[in-house]
Amino acid sequence: MVEESILTDDFLRELINVGEVDLLVGLDTFNDAKTVGNVMQAVRAGLLRYFPRLRTVVVNADGGSRDGTQELVRAASISHMPHVSNLSSLRTLHCISTQYSRESSGGGLHTILAAADLLRASSLVVISPESTNMEPEWVERLVRPVAKENYDLITPIYRRHKFDALLVRTLLYPMTRAMYGKRLREPIPTAFAFSGRLATQFLAQEPTPSDVGRMGAELQLSLSAMSGDFRVGQSFLGTRERIEHGAAELVPAMRRTVGVLFASLENFAVWSAVKESQPVPTIGVEHEVNLEPLRVNRKRLHQMFATGVAELDPVLRSILYDTTLAELKALALQPEEEFVFPNELWATTVYEFAASHHQAVISRDHVIQALAPLYRGKALAFVLENRDASGVEIEKNVEAICLSFESLKPYLLEMWETGK
Amino acid sequence: MWQIIVNELTQATRDIVHSVARFLPRLLVMLVIVVVGWVIAYVLRSILRSILRVTKFDKLSEDAGASQLLKKAALPASSELLSRFVFWIAWLGFILVGISVLGVAGFQEQIPRFFAFLPRLFIALFVFFFGLLASSFFSRAALLASVNANLPSPKILSLTIRTVIILFSVSVGVEALGIGEDTMLLAFAIVFGSLMLGLALAFGLGGQELARRYLENRFAQPKNDGRDDDLSPL
Repeated sequence: MVEESILTDDFLRELINVGEVDLLVGLDTFNDAKTVGNVMQAVRAGLLRYFPRLRTVVVNADGGSRDGTQELVRAASISHMPHVSNLSSLRTLHCISTQYSRESSGGGLHTILAAADLLRASSLVVISPESTNMEPEWVERLVRPVAKENYDLITPIYRRHKFDALLVRTLLYPMTRAMYGKRLREPIPTAFAFSGRLATQFLAQEPTPSDVGRMGAELQLSLSAMSGDFRVGQSFLGTRERIEHGAAELVPAMRRTVGVLFASLENFAVWSAVKESQPVPTIGVEHEVNLEPLRVNRKRLHQMFATGVAELDPVLRSILYDTTLAELKALALQPEEEFVFPNELWATTVYEFAASHHQAVISRDHVIQALAPLYRGKALAFVLENRDASGVEIEKNVEAICLSFESLKPYLLEMWETGK
Repeated sequence: MWQIIVNELTQATRDIVHSVARFLPRLLVMLVIVVVGWVIAYVLRSILRSILRVTKFDKLSEDAGASQLLKKAALPASSELLSRFVFWIAWLGFILVGISVLGVAGFQEQIPRFFAFLPRLFIALFVFFFGLLASSFFSRAALLASVNANLPSPKILSLTIRTVIILFSVSVGVEALGIGEDTMLLAFAIVFGSLMLGLALAFGLGGQELARRYLENRFAQPKNDGRDDDLSPL
């Protein structure tokens, strides 16, 4: 059911003017004027080239941009595409935009889903406005399996630099795989397609807390699909451009991702029954990495890990078992060049954090914050281990992390039931 | 003469008997009040103990750091201590009411004072406990934030925040009790002022370079475009 209260009257009027659609393209923006133009061009080209017969609407949910993002989206029209001028649409492409309050629950994705529900869209595709190197083919690779092959969720696989997305590779992918039994490489998709059925069910769930941000809502949707009776797949899109992140952005990113994943475990019945993981259907290659050399400040990672373990001792003591903490302290004494963070210890640490998050031994936000220095240690170990590794070797190492998480799942179950 | 003595003795005996006869019912009433008071206090203690157990008060107390203080002083857990405290306060109240029935001179005016003091005592304890809770939360928040921001001496920052909040809550609590209000206010102002002055001097003189770097990072354009570790987590 549509939560009409989150849609403004003007926006509702625009939606009613559009009428029913087959495909809804969602863009959740906030001051993305620099990149949203390219994304819109690629979206329009993709729709014209591959889905000219579908009744389509582009819905932009904007968090209050002041840089003209909304105007750029609204101005999107077929006539402004010289490079695809040989293509023509059989349908009118509507581009409508609305603003949502960033303080409200649900955020942009919720607004997009409510609009899709109202327009009875059978397929949806949501694209991140930061997808600077998006190509028209992305639309086809994401939408076709949902629109034509009855998939409920298609997430992307990117060709990424071997040291990109280390939080995904070392924690989010291994843990979602162990918990929900589906080997979805990008559980926090930045471009993804899904069915109206999944959208409707997701809308009916508890509203997304407003503080989870853009990626938190996407992760919740992925987890919903993985834990429910939905057909899930993934599609190779190509290279994803590196987005530079400062060290200060790690904690907010962890809140939006690890925080959401830990919170999802409160639904114990869903994940506790999953015994092992299964591969999900993949369109295109399953993994591909860019091996170009990259300067990594290893000294800083090592120093922040060692300082974190030493300074956060009273906090870690309330979260971890004594044996785990002792092992981490021993790791912190290792010299930078010989630093190794065993996968079993990493999985044990993350699971003890998850159990402490569940038991709220201290403020849950503090539990997530305390994990950040330890993640830096694992990231350093990954960088050192894979410094000269090939794509196949990196994949093997990621698989080893995943297997550690899967084999230690009974440990988490035991802690969950008995308490730390 | 003998008759007079006998009369006086009889009168004295009669007076004593009358006094005892007058006193005995009061004593009985007092005993009843004390016994009923004990029962009510006991029930109150049991109810409070259950409520505190259900609301996981001990965990809250542990978070606040109050449990550690109690352990060091070889005292029972917070929920038990609070239950016992309420039991004794309630029973003491009934005992005083019972004693007032006896009509003991000089004692009557102390009883209203005791009851007038109770709300202040509860307010002081409330302020002190939540002060401990707040100090624990904010000092941990400061510790985590400074470790993740790679700031120097996170423990000192955390300890400073904890100390200031505890000092503040103690001074407010003592003021609520009405004990040496001016002295406490003055003592707090001196300690707080000295601490701030000390920190300002330490930061300004001892840590000129650090202060410069901090202000540059905070307000000027970062020199490294924020590429601290060249790793993208997502």
